[in-house]
Amino acid sequence: MKQFSNRYIFIFATAMVAIVALILSTAALLLQPLQEKNAEVEKKRNILASVGVEATEDNAETLYDQYITGSFALDNESSRLDDVDAFTVDLRKEQRKPLEEQVFPVFVASLDDGTTSYIMPLEGKGLWGPIYGYISLNEDLRTINGVTFDHKSETPGLGAEINESWFEGQFIDKLLFEDGEFVSITVQKGGADEGDPHAVDAISGGTITSKALEAMLYDCLVNYVEFLKTNSE
Amino acid sequence: MSNEKEREPLFSAKNLKLLREPLGENNPITVQVLGICSALAVTVKLKPSVVMAISVVVVLAVSNVIVSIFRKSVPPRIRIIFQLVVIAMMVILVDQVLKAFAFEVSKQLSVFVGLIITNCIIMGRLEAFALANKPWESFLDGIGNAAGYGLILIIVGFFREFLGSGTIFGWPVMEKIGIYNIGYENNGFMILPPMALITVGIIIWIQRSRNRDLVDKS
Repeated sequence: MKQFSNRYIFIFATAMVAIVALILSTAALLLQPLQEKNAEVEKKRNILASVGVEATEDNAETLYDQYITGSFALDNESSRLDDVDAFTVDLRKEQRKPLEEQVFPVFVASLDDGTTSYIMPLEGKGLWGPIYGYISLNEDLRTINGVTFDHKSETPGLGAEINESWFEGQFIDKLLFEDGEFVSITVQKGGADEGDPHAVDAISGGTITSKALEAMLYDCLVNYVEFLKTNSE
Repeated sequence: MSNEKEREPLFSAKNLKLLREPLGENNPITVQVLGICSALAVTVKLKPSVVMAISVVVVLAVSNVIVSIFRKSVPPRIRIIFQLVVIAMMVILVDQVLKAFAFEVSKQLSVFVGLIITNCIIMGRLEAFALANKPWESFLDGIGNAAGYGLILIIVGFFREFLGSGTIFGWPVMEKIGIYNIGYENNGFMILPPMALITVGIIIWIQRSRNRDLVDKS
């Protein structure tokens, strides 16, 4: 077998690393605008889905501009922050900060029936990875207009069902408040009682994800309680 | 080399065999039993199976060619590192391209694209074939092996999506033929990884019962 000197091996390895690094960084730089665009479109589709507007990759931008008429961010005392763009807030990063520094985005949608809906992002921990979504409230800031959930890696057929329409559909018209107090929504194992305005059915076999989703709803929405109370009619 | 033998035609019988063998009697999944992990993970639906198959074809063919081109200048002592760097580079490129042009699919494949790096088929072909053969043969070998892998992925993906979700490429076949009306239910078990293993097992069984040479003599 041909013998290679140590010098040759070092030069070979260095050149290899340098060339590969060059190729990869070029590719990353060239493709980055497209990738960011995709992430943005995905976010807009999710926001629209929470008010029941189904957008495709192609019309998400147009529909977003049409339906979402405003957005603002709140601090943890529910006063508006003027210098923050709500769309660019990364909730996962916010949740790692101390509560006083966190900001809470709200999106305002004008729907086809002339009503206004307020959309809030959700972010929590599922069984295997993050779960997230958006919840939209009617003008009264009490009743749920719609929700959309998604997950990174919940078990298919079990926890992963949270993004199915049968599960999401249950939340419509549920109430977040009882006698003026914030109660959130319970995800009830074994099925919610018929007519209970504060509970939905859990997913059989997906108990941990169901519980995680319940915690996510409470933990995220509790920060908005002041805002919801003061602004409701 | 002074007396180089006559150039072989591009698609000689020997070269075609490189393409054909991994599809059947030397299939990386069913015969060599490599790359099982990703075969179980991405085959819940047909679409990710197909994208995974295409990604592996690209990664394996190109890595095979690159390694084969450098086969005489790579010091044997760092050849494994060299192979890994080549594979990792290809995988990152594929991942970036998917994120830019097929975002939905890249979301479904999530970590599995990254895991192509650890797919034993790729390292295996680089080490066993590309290091000792010319670029063109290595290219064919890469295409053949990755296609053999992809073929099984697509077969498994087809059955799992069809029986587990009642759809093919997301199109509701079972619903259209009205089978739910007579009390049929989707088999939720097909969606879970164990059924992928059993499906692969059934494919191996069928293949070996048709081709006795593959059965272990012992």
